[in-house]
Amino acid sequence: MAQTKTQFGYRRHPDQDRTGANLAEHAIVVVGAGPVGLSLAIDLAQRGQSVVLLDDADRIGEGSRAICFSKRSLEFWDRLGIGQRMVDKGVVWSVGKIFHGEQQLYQFNLLPEQGHKRPAFINLQQFYAEAYLVDRVGELPSIDLRWRNKVTGLEPRNDQVLLTIETPDGPYQLSARFVIACDGARSSLRQMVGAEFAGQVFEDQFLIADVKMTAAFPTERWFWFDPPFHAGRSALLHKQPDEIWRIDLQLSPDADPAIEKLPENVRPRIARMLGHDKFDFEWISLYKFQCRRMDRFVHDRVIFAGDAAHQVSPFGARGANSGLEDAENIAWKLDRVLRGTSPEALLESYHIERSAAADENIRESTRSTDFMAPVTAQEARLRKAVLSLAKETEFGKRMVNGGRLSVPSVYDTLLSTADSDAWRGGPRPGASMLDAPVVAANGEPMFLTDAFIKSGTRFTLLEFSNGAAAEVPEGVGAIRIGGDGGLTDAAGIAAARYDAEPGSAYLLRPDGYVAARFRKPSRSAVDAALSRASGLN
Amino acid sequence: MALSTSSNFAKPDDAFRAVVEAHRRLSEAQSADLDAALVLVLANHIGDLDVLNEAIALAKRRMLDASQQQQQQQQ
Repeated sequence: MAQTKTQFGYRRHPDQDRTGANLAEHAIVVVGAGPVGLSLAIDLAQRGQSVVLLDDADRIGEGSRAICFSKRSLEFWDRLGIGQRMVDKGVVWSVGKIFHGEQQLYQFNLLPEQGHKRPAFINLQQFYAEAYLVDRVGELPSIDLRWRNKVTGLEPRNDQVLLTIETPDGPYQLSARFVIACDGARSSLRQMVGAEFAGQVFEDQFLIADVKMTAAFPTERWFWFDPPFHAGRSALLHKQPDEIWRIDLQLSPDADPAIEKLPENVRPRIARMLGHDKFDFEWISLYKFQCRRMDRFVHDRVIFAGDAAHQVSPFGARGANSGLEDAENIAWKLDRVLRGTSPEALLESYHIERSAAADENIRESTRSTDFMAPVTAQEARLRKAVLSLAKETEFGKRMVNGGRLSVPSVYDTLLSTADSDAWRGGPRPGASMLDAPVVAANGEPMFLTDAFIKSGTRFTLLEFSNGAAAEVPEGVGAIRIGGDGGLTDAAGIAAARYDAEPGSAYLLRPDGYVAARFRKPSRSAVDAALSRASGLN
Repeated sequence: MALSTSSNFAKPDDAFRAVVEAHRRLSEAQSADLDAALVLVLANHIGDLDVLNEAIALAKRRMLDASQQQQQQQQ
């Protein structure tokens, strides 16, 4: 962990001297400075909001933990000004291979086409991601990050929430218009609002080891069913920066965690896997997991995001990535509500969109887990049939489930305007914008995701010009492809990905999702779609 | 497309026989393995989730009928 700061000091804040009727009032308090809380605070600050960010610890947690960050997360982090730093440090990958015993069953490429700014995934230890986010927070004076500030009480008032916060100097109180709880799977705020957190518990245990070694494995995700070095179970291998390799081994449900975790017991397993024992342990952890979510993500003025709101099994990289999607979803909505440009009802769309996404993530990761650890004899038999059929059939390969990796959800949402024109492709309303290579008017090559940031990461009309520029409502950004001064889509990739003809236009939301699309946008149709996406009708 | 339950084979006995023959000389465990693979192969060939669900529902009614009969016998 050289060169990155991971230990931070507690500092007394003037708010702590205020009592009674003189309590500090803040618009937004974010609780939890993990990847989700930090990213959310940065997004809000960049939109012009002041944020108080509280964390009960004063250091970044150890161990690699979440390591796979998706293309979507990288695009979000690009908007926050830290995508490049993450990619520069991270290990880029897009190919996964699945083995059964000694034999490779199949391989998949998560991003088989060119012309995207960001790769399918990078692997990066969570502590690096958090350290870079903390550095970015330090550049933004409107974020007030308070370490060793533990929320111990939460009391809803009419239009405020009263928080009681424990510090090394004792407790203090402050009030907030909105509290965003990003305080992780064991969220204490979730308990304070009295919310249930029910779901499925998986009995199988998994062992994670971060191993330091020099190895010639390619930078791919390798997954084994019944590997020769770990008979009857599954294993997963990922490369991380600094010559660290992440190894996940499935253990039997009755394995004793305390014994399994001992390095002298882990070492022979890994040595069998690698064929040598020239490695050192950086971190060993044992986990069981649950798939569950809160019934409601919005509890009046307390809004839940990330693991605090939903938990999934780790197979599919759907934990941290879905938490980051929560953050980008709530940030712009909260900004508009606080500015008074959208009604508070817009926040309900966060619950609708992200709880449906959580359901999808839970469904996908539960299916993967059930495939890896069949519950009944017949389930095991069906899995055996799939693994065996995969050796000689295409459909069998596609049925093998060694984790379905995180992709952005498509929202079925009231904020979308249904298509009234005919489309043969392109992202439909509720889907995330697609990247494509374009050339700026000054001849610089760039990407559509860059253009979206340049236009202000706000409601933006992406227009494929037919000569005349479409009329854009006030406050809405514009990306023009073609025409005088517009971007050039030299290879026609953008037009193909958006099924665009001259005159076609997409209305993008501030989180880069498609709100509406038009073959021939009229000002009134764009206004109506904008109004709908803003929660105004 | 709906699940077809009309008779589709010119010689249904041949089809029934083909499945029976496939199980000859197999142990119970092997038979169960064969059925699991066969179901997945045929499901993929159908390639229609609605039809598959209808087929599952039709097959599952046997379980229901069997348990009802058992209950009646016990009464």
